[in-house]
Amino acid sequence: MMGRTIFIDPGRCIGCQACVSACRECDSHRGKSMIHLDYPDEGHSVASLPTVCMHCEDPVAPCAEVCPADAILVTADGVVQQADTTRCIGCANCVNACPFGVPKIDLQAKLQMKCNLCYDRTAYGLAPMCATVCPTGALFYGTLEELQTERPGVQVADSFTFGATTVSTGVAMVVPADKVQWPVPGGLPVVEINGVDVSEANANKGGGGRREGLR
Amino acid sequence: MTQAHAGRHERLPLDPSIAPPGTGTFRDAGGIPADRWHADQNGETLVPTHCCFCGVQCGMYLRVDRAGKVFGVEPRNHDINRMRLCPKGINAYQQVNHPDRLTAPLMRRSRDEPFHEASWEEALDFTVSEIRRIQAAYGNDSFGLLGGASLFSEKTYLVGKFARVALKSKHVDYNGRLCMVSAAGANKLAFGIDRAGNPFSDILLTDCLLIAGSNVGECFPVMTQYLWGARDRGASMIVVDPRETAIARTADLHVALKPGTDSAFFNAVLHVVVAEGLADETYLAAHTTGWDEVRETVESYPPARSAQICGVPEEQIVQTARMFAGAERAMAWHARGVEHHSQGVENCLSIINLCTATGNIGRPGAGYGTITGQGNGQGGREHGQKSDLLPGGRSITNPEHRRQICEIWGIEESELPPAGTSMMEMVWQMQREEIRGLIGICNNPFVSLPNYATVKDGYDALQFHAQFDFFLSETATNAHVVFPVTVWAEDEGVMANAEARVVKHNKAQEPPAGVRTDTWVICELAKRLGAGDKFAFPDSRAVFEELRVASAGTVNDYYGITYERLEETGGIAWPCPSTDHPGTPRLFEDGRTYHPDGKIHMQVVEWHPPMDPYSEEYPLSLTTGRTVAHFLSGNQTRRLGALVEQTPRPWVEVHPSHGFRNGDPVRVVTRRGSEVFPALVTEAIRPDTVFVPYHWPVPTAANALTIDALDPRSKIPEYKVCAARIEAAERIDEVPAPPTAPGHLAYPETQVSRTDPLPPTAPQGRGTAERS
Ligand code: SF4
Ligand code: SF4
Repeated sequence: MMGRTIFIDPGRCIGCQACVSACRECDSHRGKSMIHLDYPDEGHSVASLPTVCMHCEDPVAPCAEVCPADAILVTADGVVQQADTTRCIGCANCVNACPFGVPKIDLQAKLQMKCNLCYDRTAYGLAPMCATVCPTGALFYGTLEELQTERPGVQVADSFTFGATTVSTGVAMVVPADKVQWPVPGGLPVVEINGVDVSEANANKGGGGRREGLR
Repeated sequence: MTQAHAGRHERLPLDPSIAPPGTGTFRDAGGIPADRWHADQNGETLVPTHCCFCGVQCGMYLRVDRAGKVFGVEPRNHDINRMRLCPKGINAYQQVNHPDRLTAPLMRRSRDEPFHEASWEEALDFTVSEIRRIQAAYGNDSFGLLGGASLFSEKTYLVGKFARVALKSKHVDYNGRLCMVSAAGANKLAFGIDRAGNPFSDILLTDCLLIAGSNVGECFPVMTQYLWGARDRGASMIVVDPRETAIARTADLHVALKPGTDSAFFNAVLHVVVAEGLADETYLAAHTTGWDEVRETVESYPPARSAQICGVPEEQIVQTARMFAGAERAMAWHARGVEHHSQGVENCLSIINLCTATGNIGRPGAGYGTITGQGNGQGGREHGQKSDLLPGGRSITNPEHRRQICEIWGIEESELPPAGTSMMEMVWQMQREEIRGLIGICNNPFVSLPNYATVKDGYDALQFHAQFDFFLSETATNAHVVFPVTVWAEDEGVMANAEARVVKHNKAQEPPAGVRTDTWVICELAKRLGAGDKFAFPDSRAVFEELRVASAGTVNDYYGITYERLEETGGIAWPCPSTDHPGTPRLFEDGRTYHPDGKIHMQVVEWHPPMDPYSEEYPLSLTTGRTVAHFLSGNQTRRLGALVEQTPRPWVEVHPSHGFRNGDPVRVVTRRGSEVFPALVTEAIRPDTVFVPYHWPVPTAANALTIDALDPRSKIPEYKVCAARIEAAERIDEVPAPPTAPGHLAYPETQVSRTDPLPPTAPQGRGTAERS
């Protein structure tokens, strides 16, 4: 079973940005929020989607893998840390490598910043700030068991496909029970290439059996 | 856990009450830990208190540094919110030491002069001489007082007592009049008690949840956890709202009715309940009066008729009836969407009729509730701040009630003024120069009252106007005297949240030099007016002791509530008649209401159209509401960088059928005026309805457009519907920055910078991702 981690349930998100504000208040990057809040269906619905760092595990976090300065450390408990300020050269390789669009670069300071799962809180048994305050539980911190006790029947995914690559992550996403497929297609669906409609070809790409892969 | 931040450890005290959510360690009975003050090696303390904003009253800790200054917030595992906070709550601490704080009284003798900073003596003496002058010339009732429901209950008690005993004027009212008085009136009529029937925790036990006229996600975000909690346990959810809000999006049934048609809808639902034999006749026979008349009335609301009025499919009416009445335990929660109407009381009564007829009253998971907008919207009217109420919810027209209060206050019954008028009516009286002097405490009518032109006119006609505030609000810029008073974290006191749970706010820091508590200012004014012996209150605690006694034996009984008990328990719901009484979280468990006969008095409700008629020129409904980042008139939240960045300006929500693109300048025109907003084009609103959030002043004030029609019983303005049209405009009006006090910065550099107020494309807040 998964250890204690963040579960993201976009179905509950009300777009309030409490997570964004809370992330700003957190001591690890006080004043800057590391959360992306997207509105995936704008104009049709008020749906919103929070993204924190997914703390990729397999392959080794793409951001860390591409970092030429070895600035991004992955801790033994799987937390992908924010770049070490003494090493980071601000090259933005990590920004380009991350399939979830997570790391940010402060161009003036030439420094990368990203969510480090509130390491200063989680290391001492506190939940990350965003998941602590999220009024709806769209961001939930705990174990899969705890989540399932609170929300019977909830289904989660922790691997995502991007083209031919599958990335498995430390942070998991709640998926609708009637649409369980594994792994989950990541990124925005490609519907058109050079004017050709490819939405059919892309549908349900990669639905395979890594169900047992839940740790 | 390898490297890094080990040294950070000491900044966060290992408090057992700070448990991560989802770990099953939430305490059932919330509360402040026995060791109330935590200190770590760095000298940081965490002061347990509550959010100053909405009626949920989330528990939080304020982080206080070694120098005694509030500098941050830490979530608190209080029973109400279980660590959760919304963006307003998270950023609230920033107003405590905000550079815009007023730190000296501002004064001027006429509105043609600029303000100058004055001494307290000078400002108090000038105010008192003006009160004396106006009252001598035009009578005691020519001077009025307007309070606020963000004040602690102690202060609202003082406001009511000050008006009647020191000012000797009948004209006192408060801004809760703009909030939930329709619900209060309906609850009083039906149940003889003015509060929600059930605690929030009952939501978790229900089988069917009806949310009417409440954008819970944005207005009471932390309450959403109860909604989702109920759904996790299998409850169905019906949302009645003209907009597809975040909670409506996932409801089992979303009824997008036309604004101003709520009672037609609920009458039809009750019609179906009766027709399908779903009414609980045994319950009705044992516990109610008036059922026969109600049943007869709803006969004339068949679904076909109401579907036409409400602009919704007939099936949705039938489905609502079956889902609600078919559930073992059903609950209805409503808010301003049904209350802000010229038929606000009727709308609430039609919902109460539905709960009553289906036997959903006074059981765990079955009942009704009204979701309070302001932090102390509930407590703010209980102790005499409302024009027709005396402390303990006593009626000012009831001779016995008058006698009781006069005895406590030590005045003759003949000295106690009669009932005054409501907030909006007082403004009309200012226009007619019947009220010539006014003190405003904790309110901002220039943004919050409907029909701005009338409000401005009324205030401009005042010969003398004083305001108590900690920031220079739009209304305060019209004043002759502005008294700089404390923010919530600089004083202690109680508030009653939407469940009627009384919670205690604690003091986290000393006020800045030059700032006084509202209590001190009111008592000083009273002293100078010759009533000092009746206002010898050194602090909030002394006022609370008198309030407890003044409420003893009434329906709103606070006698058993003490500061010490509140700190031990984390909140007590009134009535609480004795110090060993546990409080009353759920009403009517014994089947008795607070009417002398113990019955629910069901009331006949007839729907009538909104007051502002539609026409060819004004075919659309304009409806207004909140956005999650801002609170009421925005005097506080429009100064906090993160919240301004989140939602810098208002917008107009329009359906795609009108042909606008996102960000287009759209002029909204009503019979009161017109203003231009960027369009937010969305299918989440009815084609015949447009929506504008109301937290901004002119020239982007929703309330320059809304109508000042009132409910005849509750006197609440009809904010939620008026006739309008929209047209393409050239450019979008600028959002004015909040007014700034002399010598202060508007936006402190320590906070997130304010973004460009004119968005090139879509308005921010509901469509802009946080990217860098
Ligand atoms: S705090 Fe929770 S509900 Fe609010 S935007 Fe973030 S994830 Fe969504
Ligand atoms: S504004 Fe309301 S919901 Fe938000 S933190 Fe304050 S009390 Fe809680």
